[in-house]
Amino acid sequence: MINQNIKAHMSETLKKGIRYDGRKLDEFRNVEIETDVSKSAEGSAIVKLGDTIVMAGVKIEMVTPYDDSPDEGTLMVNAEFAPMADPDFESGPPSINSIELARVIDRGIRESETIDVKKLCVKEGEKVWSVGVDLITINNDGNLLDCAGLAAMAAIKNARLPEIDSDGKVDYKHKSDNPLPIEKEPVSVTVHVIGDSIIVDPTKDEEEASDARLTVASINKNIICAMQKGGSKTLTVDQVSEMVDLAFKKAEEIRKNL
Amino acid sequence: MSYDKRNDGRDFDDLRPIEAKAGVIKSAAGSAYFKIGETVAYATVQGPRDLYPKFLKDPKKGKIRVFYQMMPFSGVGGRIRPGPNRRAKEISMVTEKAFEEVVCLEDFPNAVVDVFIEIPQADAGTRCAGISAASIALADAGINMKEMVAGVAVGRVSDKLVVDLDYSEEAHEEGATDMPVAVTSVTKKISLLQMDGEFDKKHLSDVLNKSIVACDKINEIQKNALKEQYEVKND
Repeated sequence: MINQNIKAHMSETLKKGIRYDGRKLDEFRNVEIETDVSKSAEGSAIVKLGDTIVMAGVKIEMVTPYDDSPDEGTLMVNAEFAPMADPDFESGPPSINSIELARVIDRGIRESETIDVKKLCVKEGEKVWSVGVDLITINNDGNLLDCAGLAAMAAIKNARLPEIDSDGKVDYKHKSDNPLPIEKEPVSVTVHVIGDSIIVDPTKDEEEASDARLTVASINKNIICAMQKGGSKTLTVDQVSEMVDLAFKKAEEIRKNL
Repeated sequence: MSYDKRNDGRDFDDLRPIEAKAGVIKSAAGSAYFKIGETVAYATVQGPRDLYPKFLKDPKKGKIRVFYQMMPFSGVGGRIRPGPNRRAKEISMVTEKAFEEVVCLEDFPNAVVDVFIEIPQADAGTRCAGISAASIALADAGINMKEMVAGVAVGRVSDKLVVDLDYSEEAHEEGATDMPVAVTSVTKKISLLQMDGEFDKKHLSDVLNKSIVACDKINEIQKNALKEQYEVKND
């Protein structure tokens, strides 16, 4: 919990358009993306958003499909708030925050049909690829959600299917040149309300002072593919519309890094 | 058949190339990155901080807790289910024991120092890499230690005694023995010792001495990582 005096001061300075780290209200921190960071994963990436660092790894396995979708592969996103990233994160079962993060990113990727799961089918009813995306926080300085969303997308783009040898067996030690069937590239941007101001890409302090937030995953400047409101403050229709517009604008900028 | 030449061309007593950095994760009290060959470990230290549940508190000395975990995508083959499994819990425990004698626990009575080890990429020797990283992270956090600790796996591949095995050697068709060892930096004592495989007793001291020499080399790299982080630059 943030000190109420600091919060009041932060709201006042934000009203004047000033942030503690000198950024503009609608300015992101520097985005750095490095791919192929774990050779044991089929695809991997580290994304740095200022001091916030998230690592993503994609594991691809051959499995039998579910009975109700014999011609579709599977996709799953999981997030771990590793205790190494933040003194407040504890080891043990996933916290509600890490579950929310994983589900919001999962929806963004799944609902936009980023990956054509039908193309993950190798033999109908028998063999399909199962894609698992794991997100692990390395350092938390706020806005893990947007950072994790970028990391997931960067790792998915970096992934290569394992090789299948002549007997039809999967050779997990060698990657083929075949990428995942990527159709779209969703990017999520979270817009926060602190007092009367709206900002993007909060630091940890700003995040703790946040009254409400809206995460918007979009695939281009018109189409939203997932949303999630957080925080307890209510929003008006106009506010939501303004926040979505800002999220679109920022997503366009960030997408260039992918 | 004998094992005449190592798969990656190293000498039998050679370590894989090592890279170490201190202070890589800002939110932690201390942190380190340690890469040996294709095995990578991150370690962070939190604390000393309040210890819960309360009955664990010891008014005479503090406690060190280790949480070792492999990232779900770090293995060759299938995805590893996240969360502590039996292997991770055991490794966490033996790592804890490897540090209990060297860390000055009496400095922080009633409190705990938590060490988190995460493995993003594995090519054998992860617990040893974790220990080497944790030692740098503890020093980076300013936790007093009587000496540092470094870890290395030694053992046998076919008919040869080797230092720092990788996966291809652990899986050698003529059999391999893997013996993770942790050695303290000043008194050269063994603070972790495990083994699986088959091994002739007469080679035991030989291979342990090899581990001490190897850990000495690792310790130099650990110290350099810390010097680099804390070096006063005069310009």
